[in-house]
Amino acid sequence: MAENARTPLTPRDRSQLGVASSPSLPAVQEDLRRHLAGVEPERTLTDWGRSERIEAVLDQTLVEFFYRYWFRAEVEGVENIPSTGGALLVSNHAGALPPDATMIGKAIREEHPHPRPLNITVEHFFKGYPGLSMLLPKIGAVAAHPANVHRLLYDEQQLVLVFPEGRKGTEKLYRDRYRLRRFGRGGFVQAAMRGRAPIVPVCVVGAEEAAPVFAQVNLLKKLTGLLYFPITPTFPQLGPLGMLGYLPAKFKVRFLEPIYFDDVGMEADSALVQTVAHEVRARIQENLFDMLAKRESVWFG
Amino acid sequence: MRSRRILITGLSTYWGGRLARAFEADPEIEAIVGVDNEEPSVELERTEYVKVGNQHALLRRVVEAAEIDTVVDTRLVVDSVFTSPRLAHENNVIGTMNMLAACGGAGVRKFVFKSSTHFYGANQDDPAFFEETMGRPHPPKTAIERDVLEAESSVAEFADRNPDKDVTILRFANVLGPDVATSHIDLFALPAIPMILGFDPRYQFVHEDDVVHALEHVVLGDRPGVFNVAADGVLALSEVAGLLGKPYAPLIPPWGTGLAASIARRLGVVIAPEMLAQLRFGRGVDNRRLKATGFEYGYTSREAVIALGEHMRLHPLLRSDAEPYRYEREVEEFLRWSPNVRNSRVRDVEGLSRQQLRDLSRLLESGGTPAGPSAEPASSPGVPAPPVDHYDDLEADEVVSLLPSLERVDLEALREHERANRGRDVVIGAIESLLMRQAPAG
Repeated sequence: MAENARTPLTPRDRSQLGVASSPSLPAVQEDLRRHLAGVEPERTLTDWGRSERIEAVLDQTLVEFFYRYWFRAEVEGVENIPSTGGALLVSNHAGALPPDATMIGKAIREEHPHPRPLNITVEHFFKGYPGLSMLLPKIGAVAAHPANVHRLLYDEQQLVLVFPEGRKGTEKLYRDRYRLRRFGRGGFVQAAMRGRAPIVPVCVVGAEEAAPVFAQVNLLKKLTGLLYFPITPTFPQLGPLGMLGYLPAKFKVRFLEPIYFDDVGMEADSALVQTVAHEVRARIQENLFDMLAKRESVWFG
Repeated sequence: MRSRRILITGLSTYWGGRLARAFEADPEIEAIVGVDNEEPSVELERTEYVKVGNQHALLRRVVEAAEIDTVVDTRLVVDSVFTSPRLAHENNVIGTMNMLAACGGAGVRKFVFKSSTHFYGANQDDPAFFEETMGRPHPPKTAIERDVLEAESSVAEFADRNPDKDVTILRFANVLGPDVATSHIDLFALPAIPMILGFDPRYQFVHEDDVVHALEHVVLGDRPGVFNVAADGVLALSEVAGLLGKPYAPLIPPWGTGLAASIARRLGVVIAPEMLAQLRFGRGVDNRRLKATGFEYGYTSREAVIALGEHMRLHPLLRSDAEPYRYEREVEEFLRWSPNVRNSRVRDVEGLSRQQLRDLSRLLESGGTPAGPSAEPASSPGVPAPPVDHYDDLEADEVVSLLPSLERVDLEALREHERANRGRDVVIGAIESLLMRQAPAG
């Protein structure tokens, strides 16, 4: 998750923030959720810029093809996702432009008794990159800002998927596959506690083999202005679309038991936050190794 | 606290004029004073216009002489297209400082400041919905945004130093409407909506009527604090183009955008620097805090865009229909001060209680001067000679509000009386200014 820490405030801004918000405001104490904007049925986009139409078209074509025929996804434990209320899905992340997020979303739509849209958090980088900045919000990607996650989880009671490994996860090479990186600074745990939403750990097997990354080229990364410049079996040989040139690895998705946070204000306890972050990471890692041990073939499962 | 005597800055701006009009309709508000260094652009009935620049000494005198209790500052320039950066800075930063200095006295109880969501800027790592407590992630790059930030910080400082005053800051999103002129409306009036290639920014708007209503809402209620004012619904720019029925033209390149904008400016398409960031990253704000105070928006963002689209289609047909209003000082003074003007005057007089009128007429008779019935249409001539005490029961502002309906002789008599008795400066000053006005030409 992107933290506010990398956007330092000048002293003037800080004093201004403190002052501007300090006059006692009765409105803040109140639950503002009932003042959320209503839905305008004539609109094709949500306030986040999400387009059900574009999503549905992709879902029935490209995503359907990959999910059903290319990756032949298998899903376990989908009942661990609550049918109502916000929930924070936490998953491991493969390299390059991994299909794991899309497949998790598709798995929920296909297998869950109450299919719900999934909001995928992505780096702020994508908002600044032409083309992707236009496309990604339309299919349910949201910048990984703590305020965005909180609004989705708490105010709008939606499902949010985060990859706490962040960029370190997508940069990792094939030889490091399925070895989880550090889980950020525990920001995702704080978000869940603050939003009073459960954490559902998710394990995905197959994405690392679908798009193996052999190397990262720093020079090309700088030249193209991309977040990272991976070398995969099809990229960059086949151009930008080569990013979608996935190998037909067998996909397995396992949703683990949710972790609930009942008390208010737990996010202030940083020791607890770190403990929970470690616990979530350990559970995912353990289940990943379990799934890998049982897997007989990369391609046939 | 109920606002009764209101000072509006920026009377010549669209907002100042509309707000003054809205307050004129409220009988509870007894005085509306508008200050600006340019003349008002809408016709006003009882608002008094004082031509004054940003000098705080003069402003302070106006505020204190009129016993202003509420100041509404609508002066902020948030569009760099219509003013030069230097003038905008002078107005936004120095002007705000002087205005606040003028409001430092004990009389002013409420200060309402019209700001802009340019406060938050538009950046890559913004949240999707800015809340009032959030700051901008990076320092501003454009002059207007710097001005907004500086002006707001001096207002916040003022609020800190004066905890007894209600200070409200309203941050308005991009305003749309048939009567207002903004650089975004100019952009939407083009045959195709220009976009930066590969970007479809999120936009939130607010209709011009909602802007006036929001200002009224915070002036009439006690709503200290900071509030975003933006209609429900955040639209993508492509959606805006669709609602306006126009194609969109992704002609601005994603790299070298500033250069492209300066070329476009040569060609007559003005894209302000603060718009470029918005055209790239867009901005959404959380409007729930103002709604929680009971404010209801008349339009959603979508409806505001549709209303603008309808206006744009009709505009070519209705243009040059009515002559635009021009402020003429002599006419306005005649309408406000001449005893021969009936309609508004009678309404004013009827707004006072019978008792007050009777007191005044008694007082005039007791002063020994012939209080002609012509001086006071509502006075009853048969009342016995009153004691002088009755006049002293009247508060200073009550007397002042009665003065314009008196004739020269009566005013002179009243001035002598006041000097001899309580000698209230406010009353004497008001009488003298009226006498000056009525002095025969030459």
